[in-house]
Amino acid sequence: MTFAVVLHLAYWQLTIIKLLVVLSVVPLGALVLGYVFLMKVMAHMQSRLGPMDSGGLASRPGLRENPFLPHGWFQLIGDFVKFVQKEDIFPALADRWVFALAPAVVIMSTFLLFVVVPAGPHLIAQNLDVGIFFALAVSSLSVLGVLMAGWASANKYSLMGALRAAGQLIAYELPMVLGIMGVVVQAGTMSLQGIVLAQAHGSIFGFGRLGEPFVITQFFGFLLFLAAAQAELIQTPFDMPLAESELVAGYLTEYSGLRYLLFYMAETASAFAFAAIAATLFLGGWYLPGIGPSRQLADVIGPFVLGAKIMLVAFLIYWIRFTYPRLREDQLQTFAWKYLIPLSLVNILVTGILKVVF
Amino acid sequence: MIAQNIAFGVIAATMVGAAIRLVTTQNVVRAALFLVLVLAGAAAQFLLLSADFVAIVQVLVYIGAIVVLFLFGIMLTRAPIGRDVGLDNEQRWLAALVGALLLGVIVYVTNDAFGSDKINFGRIASAGHTTPSIAVSIFQSYVVPFEVVSVLLLAALVGSIVVARRD
Repeated sequence: MTFAVVLHLAYWQLTIIKLLVVLSVVPLGALVLGYVFLMKVMAHMQSRLGPMDSGGLASRPGLRENPFLPHGWFQLIGDFVKFVQKEDIFPALADRWVFALAPAVVIMSTFLLFVVVPAGPHLIAQNLDVGIFFALAVSSLSVLGVLMAGWASANKYSLMGALRAAGQLIAYELPMVLGIMGVVVQAGTMSLQGIVLAQAHGSIFGFGRLGEPFVITQFFGFLLFLAAAQAELIQTPFDMPLAESELVAGYLTEYSGLRYLLFYMAETASAFAFAAIAATLFLGGWYLPGIGPSRQLADVIGPFVLGAKIMLVAFLIYWIRFTYPRLREDQLQTFAWKYLIPLSLVNILVTGILKVVF
Repeated sequence: MIAQNIAFGVIAATMVGAAIRLVTTQNVVRAALFLVLVLAGAAAQFLLLSADFVAIVQVLVYIGAIVVLFLFGIMLTRAPIGRDVGLDNEQRWLAALVGALLLGVIVYVTNDAFGSDKINFGRIASAGHTTPSIAVSIFQSYVVPFEVVSVLLLAALVGSIVVARRD
């Protein structure tokens, strides 16, 4: 049985479809992660009652176990209404243009990340042969938006938060790039689609039924990537730029309403994007063992397989966020420059040697 | 090739506009942000020429690193919001003269070197991926000069740290 659906679309039709898909992935991903992790998982791990119970019905005895009753999902609607009806405030001394543009710059860098992530053998917006390099380049653009936000707010706390964030994002970009290098060396390509195929066609000591997920051979790179991603997302234990005990809310202090929501969405969607990239680099992306990349079925189930792997990685990211306390600013920089970067260099060296030997 | 020409025109106009605002604005941070626009336009022009690797390097190195470093430095020292009158000085006409001369030289040299040559887009499209050929030329044909340059950069880095250290 074949699932052949033959459509002949013009270039511009294809471009519009791809654009719409990429544009819808960001809010959808943010919504899914926001609901599942920031509300449900966080509420259960930290015993927060609101996100488990709001809606009322679920708190009545006997109805609690019914999954179709609002087990706290009214909270999502409440939060959205709260953000939308808030006043859009500009600080009196702010640089209005830069202040208004900053959230757009941050969220644009998140949108661009999804352009190169494949969800199936043919489901990819643009299969650049420098895919992962492109993803790292556009993810570094968010620093610009953060600096713009902090400076334009005309507020010392905002500026301090922005400078901390910029220092942190620059410091952790290096271990992220160097940690990914191991995968690139092993796969022999920078294209994310190529990296998935390399894992699908690989084998572990001649046993090829599972393919060769790079999380096994590059486990150390996976850990480096997760640590760096945690810092790039400005999440606990690396959330000093937003440390509320020192800086109010860092560069977000002066933002309210929809503009704040844009920053929030960008943060959660970036977590989704980094989880998607980690799933693609280390867990085999859309590839499900047993369903070869040449089969049409792979295109059908690809997005769901990738989605499941994203949720797995996102759970790891958020688990760490909900568990550990905040580090100190100097500990953060020491951790990046003195430990992560040398270790990632060693990782590249070892990978290179093994690549030549085998 | 009409679409490419239109895209080139739009991007070029944006770049020129941003470049003019870059030198006329009276705020250092805004000037740096206009510089971002100019550099992003350059990256887009590289993309139009199918040079995707160079375009991404342009974004990563110039926007993601150098301009961010500019902004970092400016904001760490002094970055007032609004107009900074002290930024204007008396050398603007001299600067305009130098700029005009530079433009003249570049236009003359480009015109002299390439004249009415046309970019062969068909050949670029058939050449396919540019990244592997860049890698081959850097790491095979020119590996010795490449390594020499990297040693030079390392020496410059060490030197700057030695100069900057007080003790």
